Amino acid sequence: MPEFSVIIGPQHPALKEPESFTFWVDGEDVVRTQVRIGYAHKGIEKAAESRTYIQNIPLIERICGICNVAHTVCYTQNVEYLYERKIPRRAEFIRTIIEELNRIHSHLLWIGIAGHEIGFDTLLMYVWRDREVVMDMIEAITGNRVSTALMTIGGVTRDIQPELVAKLRKGLDILEKRTEYYEKVVANESTVLVRTRGIGVLTQAEAIKHCAVGPTLRASGVRSDIRADDPYAAHDEVPFKVITTDMCDLFGRVVVRVYETIESIRQVRYCLDHLPNGPIRIRLPNTPPRGESVSRVEAPRGEDIHYVRSDGTDRPSRYKVRAPTLGNLAALVEMLTSKGDYKVRVADIPIVLAGIDPCMCCMDRTARFVEPSKGKEWVWTWSQLKKYAKER
Amino acid sequence: MAMERELLRHIFRKAVTLRYPFKDKEKVHIPSNFRGKIAFYRNRCIGCSMCFRVCPAEVIEMIDDEKGKRPMFYLDRCTHCAQCEDVCPTKAIELTAQYESAGTDRSQMILK
Repeated sequence: MPEFSVIIGPQHPALKEPESFTFWVDGEDVVRTQVRIGYAHKGIEKAAESRTYIQNIPLIERICGICNVAHTVCYTQNVEYLYERKIPRRAEFIRTIIEELNRIHSHLLWIGIAGHEIGFDTLLMYVWRDREVVMDMIEAITGNRVSTALMTIGGVTRDIQPELVAKLRKGLDILEKRTEYYEKVVANESTVLVRTRGIGVLTQAEAIKHCAVGPTLRASGVRSDIRADDPYAAHDEVPFKVITTDMCDLFGRVVVRVYETIESIRQVRYCLDHLPNGPIRIRLPNTPPRGESVSRVEAPRGEDIHYVRSDGTDRPSRYKVRAPTLGNLAALVEMLTSKGDYKVRVADIPIVLAGIDPCMCCMDRTARFVEPSKGKEWVWTWSQLKKYAKER
Repeated sequence: MAMERELLRHIFRKAVTLRYPFKDKEKVHIPSNFRGKIAFYRNRCIGCSMCFRVCPAEVIEMIDDEKGKRPMFYLDRCTHCAQCEDVCPTKAIELTAQYESAGTDRSQMILK
């Protein structure tokens, strides 16, 4: 039987980010899927190498708009590892608060998008209205809604004033009430159930084999969360439950994210109750000692890994970012492949794609060279690229 | 059920959006920590170039005037990260609550 291929992207109105997907279909079933990445190469790593450590903070923040706090926490603590200095406890608590608020905002945003993809726009409107509460809280603490510019090397730039705490608590109460309502909605609403149950299945063995991360991994029944496994900031003290489910499908991913939102609200409340007194930052010299370090953070989408190498100057000699979406891409291909009784229909592609909460533009780190007429594809190392540039 | 209650509640409510550029300008909410347009106080500046070194967007250029070295700001490039404000030892730079920073002429956006 001849196979038809359906190509989505790199420029496609439904897919807001430039990535190319090719689906080989047999009737309504997707037989095979191929993903091609590399259309949104921003050159952030190279730019980071030509700026000083302090100048890099706003740059790293712009890797991702939604999970910007995770990236800046990862970057600043990575540089602090180089200095081998601990930041004040109050700063760690403020980092945890803003990180969890960021997670709440990201998860609520995703629930809205998932509602939109399954044709349940009422959920989108409801959730995004309530998301304004958390955006206002972030704005009250940092002064801005999205790019917060709160982190700095050695601590945070803005303190939480005592009069603000009552306002934040009020916001948390509203959010908790609303999230509990959404918990009921997604568990009982047939629109959600029909479009998510048994769709985008990723078994536990496949999830481990393809190195899935974050809520995608936890929805496949693997208990893995950097906040619990390798605690950073104040997570060693703040109690929380790692949410897992063995449903292994899209519904599991929705459930994990809804419960994680509630967990995050509780974590913020704990931090506000136990906020220690003291300074919010320490001053560090401009030049960290020679060395290298790796830092891991649980971003809303999964594990975010940053690597830095310092050669004793005020600029990093190498900076590497592994954004969480890259970890989930191989698993995504597995979810979009029909096998045995498990069939992926064309109509389910958008929601399965949205199910990993993709952030394609955060993920693109390499540029791949393609010569379509010869069907050749290759990756160049830095020295090869330099050699090519000289020869030209 | 739940939706009807929500609908009824919203029928009798005022719209949450503001007719901002035309009116309601005083109603725009600006948080206390907001980082807006840069204000520079020449009399406090000691010309240490710290702001020039931390700026990620190359907004600041160090120039000489009759009192000595001082920064000059290209506001069209500013990302409002407030690193210059944080690092300034004499509080000569302040990020104000002024949020209307769009313009059509780049030469008008230089703060001298």
